[in-house]
Amino acid sequence: MKRIEIKQGRVIDPVNNIDKIGALYISDGKIAAVFDKPQGFEADEIIDVKNAIVCPGFIDLSARLREPGQTQKATFRSETKAAASAGITSLCLPPDTAPVIDTPAVTKLIKDKAEAVGYSQIYPIGALTQGLDGKRLSAMLALKSAGCIAVSNANAPLKNLVILRRAMEYAAGHQLTLFYRPDEPSLSQQGCAHEGVFATHYGLPAIPEAAESIAVAQCLELAELTECRIHFSQISSRRAIIKIQQAQKYGLDVTADVAIHQLLLSEQDIEPFNSAYHVIPPFRAKEDKKYLQESLATGIVKAICSDHQPHDLDAKLGAFSETESGVSALETLLPLTLKLVEANVLSLSDALACLTLKPAEILGINAGTLTQGMPADICVFNPDELWQVNDKNWLSAGKNTPFWGQTLKGRVTHTFQKGQLIYTLEKSS
Amino acid sequence: MHNQNLQLTADGRLKHFLTIEGLSAEILTEILDTAESFESMPKGVKKYPLLQGKTVVNLFFENSTRTRSTFELAATRLSAEVLNMDIARSSTSKGESLLDTINNLEAMNVDMFVVRHDQSGAAHFIAQHTSPHISIINAGDGQHAHPTQAMLDMFTIRQHHRDFSRLKVAIVGDVLHSRVARSQIQALNMLGVKEIRVIAPKTLLPAQIESLGVKIYLDMAEGLNDIDIIMMLRLQKERMNSAFLASESEYYKCFGLTEERLRLAKKNALVMHPGPINRGLEIASAVADGKQSLILQQVHNGIAVRMAIMSMIIQPEQA
Repeated sequence: MKRIEIKQGRVIDPVNNIDKIGALYISDGKIAAVFDKPQGFEADEIIDVKNAIVCPGFIDLSARLREPGQTQKATFRSETKAAASAGITSLCLPPDTAPVIDTPAVTKLIKDKAEAVGYSQIYPIGALTQGLDGKRLSAMLALKSAGCIAVSNANAPLKNLVILRRAMEYAAGHQLTLFYRPDEPSLSQQGCAHEGVFATHYGLPAIPEAAESIAVAQCLELAELTECRIHFSQISSRRAIIKIQQAQKYGLDVTADVAIHQLLLSEQDIEPFNSAYHVIPPFRAKEDKKYLQESLATGIVKAICSDHQPHDLDAKLGAFSETESGVSALETLLPLTLKLVEANVLSLSDALACLTLKPAEILGINAGTLTQGMPADICVFNPDELWQVNDKNWLSAGKNTPFWGQTLKGRVTHTFQKGQLIYTLEKSS
Repeated sequence: MHNQNLQLTADGRLKHFLTIEGLSAEILTEILDTAESFESMPKGVKKYPLLQGKTVVNLFFENSTRTRSTFELAATRLSAEVLNMDIARSSTSKGESLLDTINNLEAMNVDMFVVRHDQSGAAHFIAQHTSPHISIINAGDGQHAHPTQAMLDMFTIRQHHRDFSRLKVAIVGDVLHSRVARSQIQALNMLGVKEIRVIAPKTLLPAQIESLGVKIYLDMAEGLNDIDIIMMLRLQKERMNSAFLASESEYYKCFGLTEERLRLAKKNALVMHPGPINRGLEIASAVADGKQSLILQQVHNGIAVRMAIMSMIIQPEQA
């Protein structure tokens, strides 16, 4: 395999407390060294990245690639390209594909598809229940053996708390983490907006915060009972965070992530009836957004994910509540995270940790750092480059983002996955 | 909140009529003045040539006899051709999207759609996706807005009180599910009333309703005190089945407008209701049919107000 020297970049590696200009050496798909050239290292290729930042590749805890089953929305080919262009080197896939990821066969199909498009680090999340029906437990051991990294029921409800309890016990028995998107369906009903000023003003079916925080509270009670490790996905509300914080203080091993868009937008930013803003959980109140930001800084919420949900045009055409929810978000992950740095919510190093080291810890995988001997998953980006979210620059098949047309700051120039250059930004003329 | 520029032309004239939000007091007053001019025409004159050669389609995805009839009459009196389309929601959910329905009708060379739909934002969506020469009037979308109803209510109020700034208004009933209430609140605020109250049980008030510029009252006696105008809302009987309310009788006992309750408001306070009314549920017959009631006058005014809005949207010379 090629030996590569990436030189003159500002190398940031949160876990090793590194933030210094220098070179990075790759050989055999691994990090050979940082700053000090290994003895006898002769680069086959030298890449000069002056003024750019060199950091671990990003690990996305939730991204839908829509395969198998919904290729009208997106494909592995389109979305892995988009991910590579966004510096994302590992992707976790929620199980709500069609068919659902509830058998080793589907798990293998996904791995094969990933390999076929040359994107090697896809982590399927197995279904907690068969067909996500919320009633019958899936064969979690088989799923784990086939390569599922965790289990989840995605956005599908569980029939009742007994099912959740048993599923947690069963998952705990196989040392599987439960990825839980907390939602009490009898409270959220058919809601499409946060129960607050915006929904009241525009007469939209609303989802109260309590729909999330009650589900968090229930799950935490059962986590103690079952000793299942819980990771809460896409937390959106202040009350949920308070519950999680209490549990962490109490000593429960629970973590949480937040979707990047929740950290930047609140209900007040929604353009009336623009379906690009239809997301679940919904954009909450300003205070929730602020609380989410703070909880990221204090570490109660550990990681930032894209919650990527690409859609075809038709899925977003209609009256707001009748459109499908979700944002196409891989390609805005880094520039939006950098906005948090600019707003002094997080230091640059801490922000990058939320995309690298922290998700790696949640998944328990060997990634997310530039430590010698680790897989060379590397993102190189120019923090000052401006680019517009438009057809020319966008690679995902889903164009459903509230940031469409906006000019964002921070652009990936190179992405390495296990030492292989999987993306290079073509210089614009 | 954002401005609804969508409904105004570059020079600030009405292009669509989707919501009260974003419209100035001047435009609202112009609507009222124009309606007044239609009302004050000699009795014999029933037709005006303002929409001659234009086609108006009443596109109703949700049933409504009264609103549709007044729109039909308004368009006919302006000499427009009218096409009524009652589209059961089931047929659109069977495959044809809202957009396809609109595209098909557009192909018939029409000038204006009057749209009623059970989803909030449907009228906005249609306005955003039709050709620029077509105008949309929102005849009620989900729980969002019913701006022509609000304007006919304002018109009716103005027939009795020229000065809005002295009025205290109470809106009573199912505010949560009411597009009428939302539009009324916006119109009353834009026209500068002194105070707006909403009176309802907590289950029928949306979260943070104060943000619309109203005061909350959970008790009729307190809420009606010193009130000039009482605007009742219709209560859907299904609300009893989804735990919003305990029973019809308890609702009537707490929030029904009886003669006795009416006496708690200002002397000669006026009573309004967008209809159809539920006698004995939200309002007593004696009040609905009493001399302080403006309910039938509202229905009558619906035609002139809708004529005014249609004529302001379709300027004869712009064709």
